[in-house]
Amino acid sequence: MSERIVIVGAGPAGVRAAQALVAQGVRPLLIDEGGRGGGQIYRQPPANFTRSANTLYGFEASKARSIHHTLESLRPHLDYQPDTLVWNGEHGVLDTLRQGSLAGRQRFDRLIIASGATDRVLPIPGWTLPGVYTLGAAQVALKFQGCAIGDPVVLAGSGPLLYLVAYQYAKAGATVATVLDTSPLQAQINAVPRLLTQPATFAKGLYYRAWLMAKRVPVYQGVTLLGVEGAERVTHVLWSMQGRVHALACNAIGFSHALRSETQLADLLGCSFAWSPLNRAWLPTRDELGRASVSGVYLAGDGAGILGADGAEITGELAAMAVLEDLGKRVDGKRRSQHLAALARLQRFRVGLETAFPFPTNWAVQAPDHLVVCRCEQVTAGEVRAAVRAGHWEVNRVKATCRAGMGRCQGRVCGVATVELIAGESGRPPEQVGRLRAQAPLKPLPFDLEIGP
Amino acid sequence: MKQNQDTPLFKRLAEQDREPVLFTLDGLPAEGLAGDTVLTAILTQSSFVRGSDFTAEPRAGFCLMGACQDCWVRLGDGRRVRACATFVGPGLAVSRDPGRVL
Amino acid sequence: MTAVASDVIIVGGGIVGSSAALCLARAGRSVSVIERDFCGSRSSGVNYGGVRRQGRPLSQLPLSCRAHAIWGELAGWVGTDGEYTRSGHLKLARSEADLATLQAYALAVEPFGLGLQVMGRAELRRRFPWVGDVAAGASLCPDDGHANPRLVSPAFARAAQRQGAHLYEQTLVAEVTHNAGQFEVRSQAGQRFTAPWLLNCAGAWAGVLAAQFGEPVPMVAHHPAMLVTEPLPLFMTASTGVEGGGIYARQVARGNCVLGGGRGFAEGPDKARTGQAAILNILRNATELYPALAGAQAIRSWSGTEGYLPDNEPVLGPSLTCPGLLHGFGFAGAGFQIGPAAGEALAQCILAGEAAHSLAAFSIGRFTSLHHTGTL
Repeated sequence: MSERIVIVGAGPAGVRAAQALVAQGVRPLLIDEGGRGGGQIYRQPPANFTRSANTLYGFEASKARSIHHTLESLRPHLDYQPDTLVWNGEHGVLDTLRQGSLAGRQRFDRLIIASGATDRVLPIPGWTLPGVYTLGAAQVALKFQGCAIGDPVVLAGSGPLLYLVAYQYAKAGATVATVLDTSPLQAQINAVPRLLTQPATFAKGLYYRAWLMAKRVPVYQGVTLLGVEGAERVTHVLWSMQGRVHALACNAIGFSHALRSETQLADLLGCSFAWSPLNRAWLPTRDELGRASVSGVYLAGDGAGILGADGAEITGELAAMAVLEDLGKRVDGKRRSQHLAALARLQRFRVGLETAFPFPTNWAVQAPDHLVVCRCEQVTAGEVRAAVRAGHWEVNRVKATCRAGMGRCQGRVCGVATVELIAGESGRPPEQVGRLRAQAPLKPLPFDLEIGP
Repeated sequence: MKQNQDTPLFKRLAEQDREPVLFTLDGLPAEGLAGDTVLTAILTQSSFVRGSDFTAEPRAGFCLMGACQDCWVRLGDGRRVRACATFVGPGLAVSRDPGRVL
Repeated sequence: MTAVASDVIIVGGGIVGSSAALCLARAGRSVSVIERDFCGSRSSGVNYGGVRRQGRPLSQLPLSCRAHAIWGELAGWVGTDGEYTRSGHLKLARSEADLATLQAYALAVEPFGLGLQVMGRAELRRRFPWVGDVAAGASLCPDDGHANPRLVSPAFARAAQRQGAHLYEQTLVAEVTHNAGQFEVRSQAGQRFTAPWLLNCAGAWAGVLAAQFGEPVPMVAHHPAMLVTEPLPLFMTASTGVEGGGIYARQVARGNCVLGGGRGFAEGPDKARTGQAAILNILRNATELYPALAGAQAIRSWSGTEGYLPDNEPVLGPSLTCPGLLHGFGFAGAGFQIGPAAGEALAQCILAGEAAHSLAAFSIGRFTSLHHTGTL
């Protein structure tokens, strides 16, 4: 077999893809930015940490262990490059950077992109202060380092991660001062029928809520986050509810509104994109097994649309099935049908989550002009709006004019907010203001890097 | 950054039974635990990892997963690394860029 | 759909087309600028940003010096300074032979008043200590500089608009015909434009239009490779070039260094990007010339599509086959500084019958069998 099959990302999607390929006699190359597999959701702490999987992953412990053990068992059967960033892709070749300084190239005939997701951020005044993190970051601090981002901590925003992190923090002994959910309770009630398509997951969500209530952690719903205060670090969070403004002292806040897909590599490789109303984002197009519009490129996991860890495992295996089909190998048709049916159920649940935790479409209109939206370049909401008033509405054009999205993070953090502001100021819906284009290198590269063999 | 206001941000909740690691932070002796990232090692004794590029305001990272690019620090050999994705090691010399007011 | 009639149609809203539009609109002519993307978003908006006279062939210096005067009044012309700064342009020599070339050039261009200061190794070290030891010397043009093309090029278009020019952006030209002294341009969406004058300022895509009117030119597209760093402490006190080719750099007030050198590639007819080889080349070789970049990071790369003619000179001036048609394209990656004067010259051809500076050196005739001796 002379075809070079490469997988980028060793989270649940990448690991299941690798597993399915190895089972059919393929020896893929698995490249991962992390040092140990598991992605973010099943991130493994350093080897000398002692907490059990149950402590780390709670109800997901067996799934996490399975991913970790599967990767370990696959090691002899694949080529594995951890600690390796893919910073460019062009013409069937990936450019890599190992351990921060060693540049390499990897040719591929077929590529499965399992690049995952990061938190979706809608900034609030004061969010650049030390002590303010995303919900994902709050979880990483606890899971990966055994730390709380601060104490007492406030957890805010919306999405299933909000309650999970609050539960995990309180269970680990942190003082969770309050949980601030921007979604109203009614939204969650309305979502129940769809959420019941995944009864186990739904039950876990209820369990976290009930547990927090039993521990007397205050939970407020339907709040508007007004901002974070402090001189050199967080001291207070401000929010309003039913017309009343509240302030609460805290040392840290974790906040975000669900997740956003990392699609930059698919963009560099020339994949076509389509607007997903559910994700309120542009996503690379894929067929039902995950084939992208570019021949030889396949998409799996949250990097092609947020579906969660269970969905990632399924789409990882489906992408591998697509590769195997395209290699002329037999695939298990029954298993594929089962996976597709499971995916359909997950999609319905996903719609339910969106109903329960809706995107705060009023964020842009209430964002004050002085709010820093792009933390890399220190660009305010007012400056983005001014660029629109000067006649620019296309997001790359706005970026060129006011610098939002031009910094080190290349719009990962500010991209969503910038689009919402442009939409609000221009009157165009968010799907009609263009799409932020990825540019190589996908993450910063050092001068004087070495060229690897 | 007023030194007398510089208190730890992060709170250790678990995994405290690890080997100490001696390193330096801005030239001064500092201590972390084996398995700490540079970010954890810094923020368990301080409240910032860098100063912002245009306002010199303190920043302490944001995403902890290598995406936000707001935790870059400098090592003794001149290399720059993301503090959230780099483990602290014995003798590592970490310095924090103060940033600049434009 | 009724046709939009104007005095002048300009195909291409880059810096050349937009500055022509501005000059014509100021003189009271009605102008339609037809631009496939957003005005100033292509080569004019993504180039390195150098605003320099030094290094140009002598043939371009009269026009380049006129452009220098326009740049000196930029805020008055377009309402913004576009981060333009007269930092000086320091052209580095990597060898004694290259230094001799710089000295010869300085001698040859003396009549043009560029004020070039050629210096050897010792003086270069003393005055510009941030340049690496590998440099044998340099030639400084103190009043050359750099600007932000993303701000300046669109500003010319917006200024033309404020003077009454009409901009038709995201409008692709499908067909151009000429009949009884009138040009008709039809867009892909079916919109029609008519005018007695047509300016072909379509940049790297202008060859198609020229060929259509019986004046094909051997233009090739190149894609400059550019990289930008994160914000860094300020250390570059001039924008650089390298004699014989190499990695050139400038540092903006916010601290980012923009570096160029090497080639990118086309992803399709419309898009270009910097290739892996060019990115790695800059990352590995830049610190030799600019040691302060050690420990810094590059955060983004980009490219553009630039038209080159075999002699690296533009085509600028009247068509030889079609009265009423003028060309302004093929600036070989050096159109940003000279663009405003090129646009003004095209406007002068229409307003005054001829440009204030001779355009003979840039005649399209040098590529055709027709020989053109006079002006329009």
